[in-house]
Amino acid sequence: MPSPDQIQKELKQRVEAAYVAGQPLCIRGGGTKAFYGREVGPSQMLDVRSYSGIIAYEPTELVITARAGTTIDEIEETLAERGQMLAFEPPHFGEAATLGGTVACGLSGPRRPYVGPLRDFVLGIRCLAGTGKVLHFGGQVMKNVAGYDVSRLFAGALGTLGVLLEVTLKVQPMPKLEVTLQGKAALKEAIQSMNRWAGQPLPLSGSTCDGAYLTVRLSGNGSAVEQALRRLDLERVCESGAYWLAVREQRLAFFADEAPLWRLSVPPACNPLDVPGRWLLDWGGAQRWLTTNAPYETVRAAAREAGGHATLFRGGDRQGEVFDPLAPALARLHRRLKAAFDPRGILNPGRMYRDL
Amino acid sequence: MQAPVVDELRRILSAEAVIADEESLRAYECDGLSAYRALPGVVVLPDTVAQVQQILRLCYQHHIPVVARGAGTGLSGGALPVRGGLVLSLAKFTRVLNIDPVNRTVRVEPGVRNITLSEVGEEYGLFYAPDPSSQIACTIGGNVAENSGGVHCLKYGLTVHNILALKVVTIEGDLLTIGCGALDASGYDLLALLTGSEGMLGVIVEVTVKLIPKPQYAQVALAAFDQVEAAGRAVAAIIASGIIPAGLEMMDQAAVRAAEAFVHAGYPTGAKAILLCELDGTPDEVAEEMRDVQAVLLGSGAAHIQIAADEAERQRFWAGRKAAFPAVGRIARDYYCMDGTIPRRYLAEVLTRVSQLSSEYALPIVNVFHAGDGNLHPLILYDVNAPGELQKAEALGGKILEVCVAVGGTVTGEHGVGVEKLNQMCVQFNADELAQFHAIKTAFDSEGLLNPGKAVPTLRRCAEFGAMHVHEGMLAFPHLERF
Repeated sequence: MPSPDQIQKELKQRVEAAYVAGQPLCIRGGGTKAFYGREVGPSQMLDVRSYSGIIAYEPTELVITARAGTTIDEIEETLAERGQMLAFEPPHFGEAATLGGTVACGLSGPRRPYVGPLRDFVLGIRCLAGTGKVLHFGGQVMKNVAGYDVSRLFAGALGTLGVLLEVTLKVQPMPKLEVTLQGKAALKEAIQSMNRWAGQPLPLSGSTCDGAYLTVRLSGNGSAVEQALRRLDLERVCESGAYWLAVREQRLAFFADEAPLWRLSVPPACNPLDVPGRWLLDWGGAQRWLTTNAPYETVRAAAREAGGHATLFRGGDRQGEVFDPLAPALARLHRRLKAAFDPRGILNPGRMYRDL
Repeated sequence: MQAPVVDELRRILSAEAVIADEESLRAYECDGLSAYRALPGVVVLPDTVAQVQQILRLCYQHHIPVVARGAGTGLSGGALPVRGGLVLSLAKFTRVLNIDPVNRTVRVEPGVRNITLSEVGEEYGLFYAPDPSSQIACTIGGNVAENSGGVHCLKYGLTVHNILALKVVTIEGDLLTIGCGALDASGYDLLALLTGSEGMLGVIVEVTVKLIPKPQYAQVALAAFDQVEAAGRAVAAIIASGIIPAGLEMMDQAAVRAAEAFVHAGYPTGAKAILLCELDGTPDEVAEEMRDVQAVLLGSGAAHIQIAADEAERQRFWAGRKAAFPAVGRIARDYYCMDGTIPRRYLAEVLTRVSQLSSEYALPIVNVFHAGDGNLHPLILYDVNAPGELQKAEALGGKILEVCVAVGGTVTGEHGVGVEKLNQMCVQFNADELAQFHAIKTAFDSEGLLNPGKAVPTLRRCAEFGAMHVHEGMLAFPHLERF
């Protein structure tokens, strides 16, 4: 087995050679989120799975540092042994999911509106820029304003700015108690309830609605949860962990649809959008899943009209734009920023936008 | 400043919104770090976004350096003018544009003060979490530029965690919308990149912040320790126990005595160190966690624990902490404030090292800081009139920051690099990383006109040195709480 240092050196040499040759690279971890984003054109695969292992975990610091190829399963198991967790509940979409891929995709699960997204928990990164240089940004501490916040910029950048080598994440203690409640509610009514509760000091940690049922999760210490239970007019559900896992991993029957799956990110309280299809609301209404065969522009226009944006999450045309197109000045800035990290445009070209 | 440019500015703005006489310009020559001063060539006070765009286009065309300025309360010289350059004051941008209690957001202009955001949320039971100590004066635009923190960021996060969208004008005059009304936006996370970028990448002209529900109840415990090290260990033990306090602050004996003499907070002046631990939530929840915290504190060697009996006592306990900087200003001619952050487990070790360095350099150090975040604020006491003492204080400060970096920390947790910590940036980042920062800057500002010379040192500059000095307690804005 080559040592991590040797593997890092090989990865560095691969990127350096690709930089010299102008050879596009497709960065790959476990491949569990290969469906996400646009298809990368002709390219060589850069597999980072072998660069793996937890480097440092300090439960008293609430911080873990691991190599990008480490599986998220391994990280979550390690944290669970010490009663801690990744609070942003990243979707795995398969047991091969790696830390690097998870951070590059920047996705967060049901707890996100109440604790913050993945990017909030990224404290530091080590990466290979498109030149093959090894760069380190951020660190292991909670507060750090030295230099631009490159670490968080990499969250959700889909590997277009650099190859993640190591990531330091902030972790959280697991709540002492979690309960799930459910009640019948149509979308509009559920949106109102979810947002009314979100404006109150309640220990919410999840809220979804599929148009028939409103489901809410409460997390915290015993007395906070017990008190909240009494305030919400909903019924307590047993075996609640499986439901939230199914929401996070898209294993609910809703996601089995053949039609393209859209993710609409909108202000949480906005009314149900007028696009034909099937809806599942998560994040208290702020993240709305839609399966539809409606024209792309119809979906995008509805999301924009509501003050948000739409992503063609799964299925559909992966060669067209899957993310909401950027305004011209912003698109220009994206290209300059990409060039600042990856001057020859060799890292996952086109994965986010066609010309990026 | 060339007369034709000033004339052009007067055409863009009303005459009184262009300041070019030396006497009036003096008011803008420094920010909260008053040891550094530079007289700008012109100060402009636009009132509309369109004017900001026109001004920046003009500066771009004439290659004039621009420093954006909010309330000027920053502690690292981030708003220090470029000599002879243009200062763009956002002082007229004070409108609250939209309050959306259902979506729990407020959209404001950048000159709105931090405290206003919570005041606006008050009637809906909401508040804006980041609470820098200067919150009655500092503006949200400046908070975004510096990624400001405060006492409660341990639980509620920094500015970057509490904003949803920005409108930014680039040096070329383009108006960009970063983020949106939703929880995320398409493209790169420029919201994170812009936050804490110290005015180097664009001028913020609008901010949408997130409001969160106000906790029902808050309670604070004051724990006294016979050893500084034990207090440091208690901090790590509280976090390890699975509790995230709303605030967790530490003061050493010198800080306790100075604060007690100043505001009579009821602190135990015989203690070597005290911890203030605040919990919030429902009354039952707080009571449950407070029992756990007390057990941890006693287990870590606390000599005495006092729970605030009522809201008045809670306020009094905090008053001592918040007045610590001015209190130190009363006992020392000058002090120099550091802002390093370290992993919490090294608190005891670093504090011991700081104390050794203090002896080596024969300069007293007072420690008062955000212990829960590992964010240290050692105050080095010195006398600028004593020959060589200023240089000694600077050297000692540099050593302390190097200790912070050596244990895996950072040279600035919340005050920003500004002009103050350029030298220490060279300790924390290598040449390739600094070059990458410059490349990011160039992507936004190819001519290097926005706040030039701040935040990221040139490699040449790395040999030089800078520091924050408070002469005879004369911190700018002495009435503001500092912590």
